[in-house]
Amino acid sequence: MASSIETAPALKVHDLHKRFGEVEVLKGVHLDAHVGDVISMLGASGSGKSTFLRCINLLETPDSGSITVQGETIGMTVGRSGSPVPADMDQVIRLRARLGMVFQSFNLWQHMTVLENVTEALVHVLKMSKTEAHERACETLEKVGMLDRKDYYPAHISGGQQQRAAIARALAMEPDVMLFDEPTSALDPELVGEVLKVMRTLADEGRTMIVVTHEIGFARDVSNKVIFLHEGAIETQGPPAEMFDNPVSPRFRQFLANAIH
Amino acid sequence: MALPVYATPAQRLWHYIYLVICTLVLFFLVMPLVAVIPISFSVSPFLQFTPEMLRLDPDAFSLRWYRIMIGDCSDPGITTVCSDNWKIGAKNSLFIGVIATLLATTLGIFAALGLSRPIMPFRKLIMAVMISPLIVPLIITASGMFFFFAKFNLVSTFTGLILAHTVLGLPFVVITVTATLVGFDTNLTKAAASLGGGPIRNFFKVQMPLILPGVISGALFAFITSFDEVVIVLFIGGPEQITLPRQMWSGIRQEISPTILSVATILVILSICLLTTVELLRRRSERLRGIRPT
Repeated sequence: MASSIETAPALKVHDLHKRFGEVEVLKGVHLDAHVGDVISMLGASGSGKSTFLRCINLLETPDSGSITVQGETIGMTVGRSGSPVPADMDQVIRLRARLGMVFQSFNLWQHMTVLENVTEALVHVLKMSKTEAHERACETLEKVGMLDRKDYYPAHISGGQQQRAAIARALAMEPDVMLFDEPTSALDPELVGEVLKVMRTLADEGRTMIVVTHEIGFARDVSNKVIFLHEGAIETQGPPAEMFDNPVSPRFRQFLANAIH
Repeated sequence: MALPVYATPAQRLWHYIYLVICTLVLFFLVMPLVAVIPISFSVSPFLQFTPEMLRLDPDAFSLRWYRIMIGDCSDPGITTVCSDNWKIGAKNSLFIGVIATLLATTLGIFAALGLSRPIMPFRKLIMAVMISPLIVPLIITASGMFFFFAKFNLVSTFTGLILAHTVLGLPFVVITVTATLVGFDTNLTKAAASLGGGPIRNFFKVQMPLILPGVISGALFAFITSFDEVVIVLFIGGPEQITLPRQMWSGIRQEISPTILSVATILVILSICLLTTVELLRRRSERLRGIRPT
């Protein structure tokens, strides 16, 4: 990845802290994602990886630390209740549109068809015309293999298809970084493959992706960097070859042993 | 509900008693409504089945009470009072009902949204106060409102009546919308936010359509409450504010005319149509989207 060092990071997270009441979920997590990076985040449940992802686009408000998207840092200030809040909500809304998010539970809008789910943000956030949006949506749905299901409501398609539609919804915005929050965890085992295949295609296209996952195989084969979180802090990180073939951290070894059995 | 073949005689007996009880309950619920309909078409100015009606003699039936209802007083055989009051009452009831429903629904949605947030202080207390018009005897609410509204010169005004009916309808909206919000997945609005949608657009585009079934049933309750409300109208309404229930009330007290039954028939048919439409719409959206209403 020699070329990626020269370019500015697509996403830079510095010293992120987050606590829920008494529990400190994130204890200073750093992350640099360059253009084209595919970063897998592994960790046991409760290690804070999903919270970290939600903090990046401020669906959760971090307590401290900074987030920089393509050189633009999200401004934070102290709210009336004494906890930090975004200084400029418009900036957050603008940056969110550049960070595509795919959720564990798909979160497709039940009252709209697959196509409408995809075009909604194109029309209202990117201010595209209806025809442009329709065109872009169809292209994207084609890419995830969902074009023939575009007029279905989410309740009438399988979990794997819903997740592919959700990926299309995020992808159609042409975001700088795609965030995947355990995209296959809510799927039946036989449906995981189709979603991973789509994600693999996106990685091959050179998209910048941060993937919180339990799929060790995907982390090993597709990503160029693996981060292992343990109790809200980075325990170990590195290229997948090093990480998996020669795990230095005993905790990571333990995690792999449990995951593979 | 078929009886299994292995039922004991006692179970059989109970099964038939049970069927009889159910039939009786339904009979007593529905018959008073049904009985009104044929009498409203009677020629006779008395509220009764005439022997001619039972013989299905065409001369025993007429639409004269419906004509009086719409203010057509040309029938020479009419001895009862005939005025435009029914028409005025219907117009006023509709006007007050629609405005009060709109107000109650808007305010109720906001209240329910606020009350469903965990950070809202004094939730239980505020909820209790808002629900209180359902619990406090109506006559007490009405007399209280009378003295309170008098201070603001709202007695004998449409504004006063609309506000009073809004207060009565509000609890229905708050209760149904709060119940719908319990089943609402907040991740769906998070998904909208993650795509760069602002909070107001997310509400109208994502949350509102999904809680709409609750909103509609709340609004329906609010409208019906306003539409057949008589106690508060008697207290707060002036001579100008003739509503349908008030006109029926005075009709029953001053002159017993079958016109009341004509109005009742129309109202029964309207309610059946309204409820059927809402139910059909609900089923249609359920079939289309596979959404189970909460």
